[in-house]
Amino acid sequence: MTGTRVTLRIDIVSAEEAIFSGEAEMVFATGAMGELGIAPGHAPLVTALKSGNIRVILPDTKKEEVFYVKGGMLEVQPFVVTVLADTVVRAHDIDEAAALEAKARAEQALASKSSEIDFAKASAELAEAIAQIRAVQRLKKHLK
Amino acid sequence: MTVAKEVRTKIRSIKNTQKITRAMEMVAASKMRKAQDRMRRAKPYAHKILQVIGHLAKGHPEYRHPYLQEREIKRVGFIVVTTDRGLCGGLNSNLLKYTLHEIKKWKDKGAEINLCLVGTKGENFFKRIGGKVLGHVDHLGDAPKLTDLVGIVKVMLTAYMDNQIDALFLCSNEFVNTMKQEPNVQQMLPIVASTDVKLEHYWDYIYEPDNARELLDTLMNRYMESQVYRGVIENIACEQAARMIAMKNATDNAADLINDLQLVYHKARQAAITRELTEIVAGAAVV
Repeated sequence: MTGTRVTLRIDIVSAEEAIFSGEAEMVFATGAMGELGIAPGHAPLVTALKSGNIRVILPDTKKEEVFYVKGGMLEVQPFVVTVLADTVVRAHDIDEAAALEAKARAEQALASKSSEIDFAKASAELAEAIAQIRAVQRLKKHLK
Repeated sequence: MTVAKEVRTKIRSIKNTQKITRAMEMVAASKMRKAQDRMRRAKPYAHKILQVIGHLAKGHPEYRHPYLQEREIKRVGFIVVTTDRGLCGGLNSNLLKYTLHEIKKWKDKGAEINLCLVGTKGENFFKRIGGKVLGHVDHLGDAPKLTDLVGIVKVMLTAYMDNQIDALFLCSNEFVNTMKQEPNVQQMLPIVASTDVKLEHYWDYIYEPDNARELLDTLMNRYMESQVYRGVIENIACEQAARMIAMKNATDNAADLINDLQLVYHKARQAAITRELTEIVAGAAVV
């Protein structure tokens, strides 16, 4: 099995789109613990990725495709490599800040229980409805 | 005459409205295609991440991640995905009705409800009827980024880890086809064990850094985010589809209305002509 096969399959995906998918002779990535070079038949491995380049050496032409990822996860199985890329730089405190913002929004939304905007909108709708009724009534009167 | 003139103005105004609704229909159609495309592009990630989680979980049967553990449900969390704008038929009201039904079921069992709202329609709704809201985000636009959702997901996951909620549900619309969107409540936490593929020969990964749990935690969180992201994207596709249909109906209705009014207009015009003729004839007879 190993003798005949000299390429591995690589899929680079992010939550928003599939970035790359194809065969490769070798893949290089920046792992949390350092640079990794993955050749076909590599032992199963999972690692976090630091933001950096993923280099994919294409078979035959030996051309190199380079993808920049802002962190993520890398899963290696003997002939399949999967990169789960983050679309943005992720860090604990950044996530925390986002969570706090979501909470603040929730509190804000609840605090303005009967906001004036709603009242203004409702009265505008009412005025419109009245105008429509008047128009219809006028029309009916004329037709009789 | 005055009646004819009034009807003519009315027809003109309806025609203008019709132009707007027709334009909105076409805009919605193109946005719907884009949203569907986005839905499709997000699919591989969710699929792959689930595979990796499956492998990891199988490799570490002794470590039961909290997301997989079932516990007694005393408090329930709901992430409710609604649209920011109206004019999309009964999409939001159907979803909210369905959600309320679901909430009531849990309330009857004595569970406490915590909410997390996406979109202004949901916000306005729960502002009216009340409810405990933990997180909120709106105005995501037509192409939301995952970053926009990190905050709310984090809030709910933290609540789960702190035992503030014991189960988490995602309420959003499911895109069946262009004509049909269905409200759907999906259990996110604890993760429902899927019918696993049969356990192949045992093997484990090399971990870098050498801590499988941390990696699994990160993966789980990413998975949750991608699930919510999918829900939001799908809801946008639903919104646009529903708007397209609503606007198509509005355009058709406007056409009917114009037809009716045209008839009224012609009748009024002819009546005016007839009256004028009689007046002239009568006038001539007098002379």
